[in-house]
Amino acid sequence: MDMKVEKKKLNLKDKYKLLTRDLGWEPSYRSKDEIYPYVKYEGLKVHDWDKWEDPFRLTMDAYWKYQAEKERKFYAIIDAHTQNNGHLNITDARYLTALKIFLQAISPGEYAAHKGFARAGREFAGVGTQVACQMQAIDELRHAQTQIHAMSNYNRYYNGFHAFADARDRIWYTSVARSFFDDSMSAGPFEFMIAIGFSFEYVLTNLLFVPFMSGAAYNGDMATVTFGFSAQSDEARHMTLGLECIKFMLEQDPDNLPIVQAWIDKWFWRGFRVLGLVSTMMDYMLPKRVMSWREAWEIYGVENGGALFRDLARYGIRPPKGWDDAEKAIDHMSHQLMLGLYQWSFGTAFHSWIPSDEDMDWLSAKYPATFDKHYRPRWNHIKKLAAAGTPYKNFGLAKLCQCCQLPIVFTEPDDPTMLCNRETTYKGEKYHFCSDGCQDVFEHEPEKYIQAWLPMPALFQDQQGDIGAWMDWVSLKDGTDNGDYAGSEDQRNFQQWRGLATSNQ
Amino acid sequence: MSTVFIALQANEETRPIIDAIELDNPRAVVHRQPAMVKIDAPDELVIRKQTIEEQLGRAFDLQELQINLITLSGNVDEDDETLTLRWNS
Amino acid sequence: MPVTAIREYVGVPRDPAANFHGKQLVYVSWDRHLLFAAPFLICLPPETPFRELVEGPLKALMSPDPDAAAVDWSRVEWLKSNQPWTPDFDASLAANGIGHKDQLRLRTPGPNSLSPAA
Repeated sequence: MDMKVEKKKLNLKDKYKLLTRDLGWEPSYRSKDEIYPYVKYEGLKVHDWDKWEDPFRLTMDAYWKYQAEKERKFYAIIDAHTQNNGHLNITDARYLTALKIFLQAISPGEYAAHKGFARAGREFAGVGTQVACQMQAIDELRHAQTQIHAMSNYNRYYNGFHAFADARDRIWYTSVARSFFDDSMSAGPFEFMIAIGFSFEYVLTNLLFVPFMSGAAYNGDMATVTFGFSAQSDEARHMTLGLECIKFMLEQDPDNLPIVQAWIDKWFWRGFRVLGLVSTMMDYMLPKRVMSWREAWEIYGVENGGALFRDLARYGIRPPKGWDDAEKAIDHMSHQLMLGLYQWSFGTAFHSWIPSDEDMDWLSAKYPATFDKHYRPRWNHIKKLAAAGTPYKNFGLAKLCQCCQLPIVFTEPDDPTMLCNRETTYKGEKYHFCSDGCQDVFEHEPEKYIQAWLPMPALFQDQQGDIGAWMDWVSLKDGTDNGDYAGSEDQRNFQQWRGLATSNQ
Repeated sequence: MSTVFIALQANEETRPIIDAIELDNPRAVVHRQPAMVKIDAPDELVIRKQTIEEQLGRAFDLQELQINLITLSGNVDEDDETLTLRWNS
Repeated sequence: MPVTAIREYVGVPRDPAANFHGKQLVYVSWDRHLLFAAPFLICLPPETPFRELVEGPLKALMSPDPDAAAVDWSRVEWLKSNQPWTPDFDASLAANGIGHKDQLRLRTPGPNSLSPAA
């Protein structure tokens, strides 16, 4: 009689060994230097690639199985959202501003990360690394696609979503995120891993995704909760890869420490600047707010970042150089940047608005030391200008930082009444920066950053300062996509459709 | 002391998993937020396959956690029986 | 090395004066008047008299500040590249030594309505 024998299953560690490292081979007729020409020029010393191991020990077969399941869950909810007019369940159409910024600036970043990891997977010499990078490349592509797909439903009803690819390439505020990714992709594979795997994924991604997705849940946006969590389920693996990568570099050779530390300093600061946009979203753009930017920073920056750097201290790593300046900026940055986004809103493919008295009371409670003292008087004056029929538009545009590409809206770390002006001259050309952190990045590799495409100077080179021609070029529909939310087509449509959905009129 | 954490989507699949984590980690603190549950613990958090299976009433592969995982913090070590998060400090 | 690269690498700057159709960029900001989120970017020919920069674009851009009308221009303190400096209102930008992408700052002794009292 045949007995049904359960097939013997490999344990996780053996399976990982067979399906990753054992896939590699020793080349016989070409040297490793020829096959992997980019692993040495950054100065990192690696003695044993096999020391790199994915602590989740995820193999390709399991990867496909779980990713397929995530996709099924995602599309079930997206279908339900579309079929049930999910776009009318959000708290208020002001919420869409956060989504528009996400689609124009962050989703293309996912696509850029996909390209970067595909390249890093080819350039690294170890199989464990190659497999992990390959998975992450596919993840990032999936994130870009699911985000675009989820938000396409909003594009059927609301303005500002229709030309996100042009916005990504051409509009000014997206160049902040784009230059971050371009900088990482044009670095070597190890620096790329520190930039995206460690700094962005490990240190900063919690500040982007977790409050954003909880924000979506608070504001009734099921589609975004879904793509967010679907993407975020991959991020835990990415963060772990980022942390393993940094430990691997530091354990391989003591000479790697100063190189790695310099990258941590650089990429922490660059990432922190990108998060400036997130701070405005958390403090100003969610009609129903989850927590303030300050509160999120306490949890994910101070507490979690602190734990991480205490852990890495055993290798000689110290917290990033800009850490103290970051802390000093936390209670100011969202207000400073939002005042800018409002006064330049004629040039944004999203709406902004003057915070209501109730909003300002919330901000004052969350920022007791700074909001009433510094920022409420400015908003009140802007409100007065709007009430007088002369809403404030700043056609002076802005000086941009040569490194992070944000308008220079931030103040001196120790004086919130003085804009931070930093400049240098390199080969006879003048360059400006928003902070010591950004100037340091430039000074370290000036030949890289002198090439930066800065959107505001470009407006005077390519369109000779003609804002109408610039709007056509960036596919921004004046009077529809931009300006104040109050009186916008998005506001009218949302109110009308919601009215239709909740009455028989 | 450093805090490790894991955050999971709040849904029917994770309810018994969260119960199991609470059973195995008496020092853990569970925060229930919109659509997600974040579990903090001082220095270390251990997730055991066996406890999850007892709570779930079926066989469970620890890698299934990937589906509902939102984020985590700490050094990860995973084998067939346990997933551990730990800070060395 | 001015960039980490596999071989010698020389970058090409994007914003030299030659790209601005005979004009130049000047950045101007009003110290401690932060209704204006960032320094203004102004693009005009280097032959422009300094007075025209002030009377034209600068005054217009500054006008939303409640203290703008009260500025006594004869008492304004100027900084160029963060150093004290005195402009000649009748000379051109070029003759004033204002180069492409230079940053000018002005300080006014008068009131500052939107700023916290010191």
